[in-house]
Amino acid sequence: MTVFIIRRLLASIVLLFFISLISFFIITLTPGSPYPWGELNPKVSEDVKRVFREKFHLDKPLHEQYGFIMRDLFTGELRSIKDERPVLAKIAERLPATLALNLGALALSLSFGLLLGVYGARHAGRPPDVITSILAFVFIALPGFWVSYLLAIGLVNYGAVPILGTHTIGVTFSNGLEAFLDRWWHVMLPASILAIGGVAVQSRFIRASMIETLREDYIRTARAKGLDENAVFYRHALRNSVRPLITGIGMLLPALIGGAVIIENIFAYPGMGRLGYEAVLERDYPTLVALNFVTAALVLFGNLLADVLYAVVDPRVRLE
Amino acid sequence: MITTTPEPLEVAASPMERSLRRFRANKIGLCALGMVGLLAVSAVAFFVLDVLGIPWPMDPDATDLERKLLPPNPVNWLGTDNLGRDVFSRLLNGAYISLTVGFVAVFVSLSIGVTVGAVAGYFGKWVDNLIMRMVDAVMCFPTFFLILTAVALVGPSIFNIIIVIGLVSWTGTARLVRAEFLTLRESAYVQAARALGQRGPKIIFRHMLPNAAAPILVTAVLGVPEAILAEAGLSFLGFGVQPPQATWGNIIADGKTYILDAWWLILFPGLAILIAALSFYLTGDALRQAVETRSERQ
Repeated sequence: MTVFIIRRLLASIVLLFFISLISFFIITLTPGSPYPWGELNPKVSEDVKRVFREKFHLDKPLHEQYGFIMRDLFTGELRSIKDERPVLAKIAERLPATLALNLGALALSLSFGLLLGVYGARHAGRPPDVITSILAFVFIALPGFWVSYLLAIGLVNYGAVPILGTHTIGVTFSNGLEAFLDRWWHVMLPASILAIGGVAVQSRFIRASMIETLREDYIRTARAKGLDENAVFYRHALRNSVRPLITGIGMLLPALIGGAVIIENIFAYPGMGRLGYEAVLERDYPTLVALNFVTAALVLFGNLLADVLYAVVDPRVRLE
Repeated sequence: MITTTPEPLEVAASPMERSLRRFRANKIGLCALGMVGLLAVSAVAFFVLDVLGIPWPMDPDATDLERKLLPPNPVNWLGTDNLGRDVFSRLLNGAYISLTVGFVAVFVSLSIGVTVGAVAGYFGKWVDNLIMRMVDAVMCFPTFFLILTAVALVGPSIFNIIIVIGLVSWTGTARLVRAEFLTLRESAYVQAARALGQRGPKIIFRHMLPNAAAPILVTAVLGVPEAILAEAGLSFLGFGVQPPQATWGNIIADGKTYILDAWWLILFPGLAILIAALSFYLTGDALRQAVETRSERQ
């Protein structure tokens, strides 16, 4: 186990190197200019441009630029073009809100995906399965921003669900629990919308995995010895088909964080997605490099965690 | 596939015929394919009429401030927007954009994915290892955020959006093609081709690729709605195809200001995205079921 984790960590360092290269090259190899004021703006003098280039090492050859950016990123010296604050500090500010939103969405995707998938597999090939299958594809095909607006109108008019920010503004809570619940209450709506696609994807995988398991010999044995169908299904088949629940973590995370850019923007939710959107608007490329790098590193960590969890849950898996 | 009980009095159907038969038996898949066809025909018809200079049903960019924000009515079937433009015409215009983005982006991503996956799967060893680590790294990136970053830097235009979506979404195809090739390269006919002294590229494209065509086709069809949804999301954020060109995403983005007064500006373009994406997903799923050999074994 320890050997496996160490080997995976070493492999992750190699991946992290590739990730850093990719995040760097998106910025440098795209034909647009890195200047926040645009390439041909006549109001910007050559001196200003020169100072800017020197400050952000743009006058150096590419491999040196890469070295500078990575050094600055890891020493925390990489600064935003917009307000010259360290980028890592800006990201760290947004991290709790982002984690709450994405973990909330992940939990919803996994749990409802499991329910829907198990239901589909239980009735495989019959009308309830056909209906849940189509429903799953409707969920995948729904544009999140459209659902957000429809739901926001409905909920503001007919319910008291908050649709802005992370907490009730202007209210101080007497105890920590209430403040905590207030925050979760605010996360619920964006997290649910974010989770719609994940529920669908997850339910498809669970369903396929269960149908596969139901063909195994030990299921036939269980049925042959006269075991109750419910027991066969839930005690034998279900436990052996939870693999997608864990691989799902690694697969869903990038999609969730990506989708969060739009959802956070609509619900004025101060997470990393919104930070990224603001950085895109301001062409704040140090922030963009750092954000792409940090989110990819988070996903990588999620994958590693999923692999370890996988071995813990399923004794058939040997970590080598 | 060898079956122990041969079908009497019937010439064995080829795998292709069996797949087609299975696809025809799938009613949902047929409906979805019909929907895709309808969308494609209306988009092409709109494009042709546009080129011929016939505005049908109306010019999507013609403003008429006396007829602004009208609910659906006999003249404007799906209402008008804040500049009095006909929503139905704009939706048709958007269908043309969405389908173009969907198909061309998938073509780009397939070209990259198939090449990369084929090279990795055929050559194996360190080539495979290096390429697959690259693929793993790209897969860690949140796709939509990567697309947004790149499009923002290159500048939003339909060409750039197609290229960026294609450049970012090839990893799934690469993995799939690689897996197919790892098994195909051990097959007798590939060994034979190699023994006859054929070169790598010829073996890859002439002999192996046609045998991996079915799963590639399925990923292609399933890739189209992904691209359509990505474009809609980009347009919604203002980084898609730029106004006045109508796309489904930017009709919603423009309409959100009037959300409480003009529901038709939000509802119809969203439904269009949903129906288009759903049709492609269901078609792709039906295709997958039709070409999957595993279900034959029962």
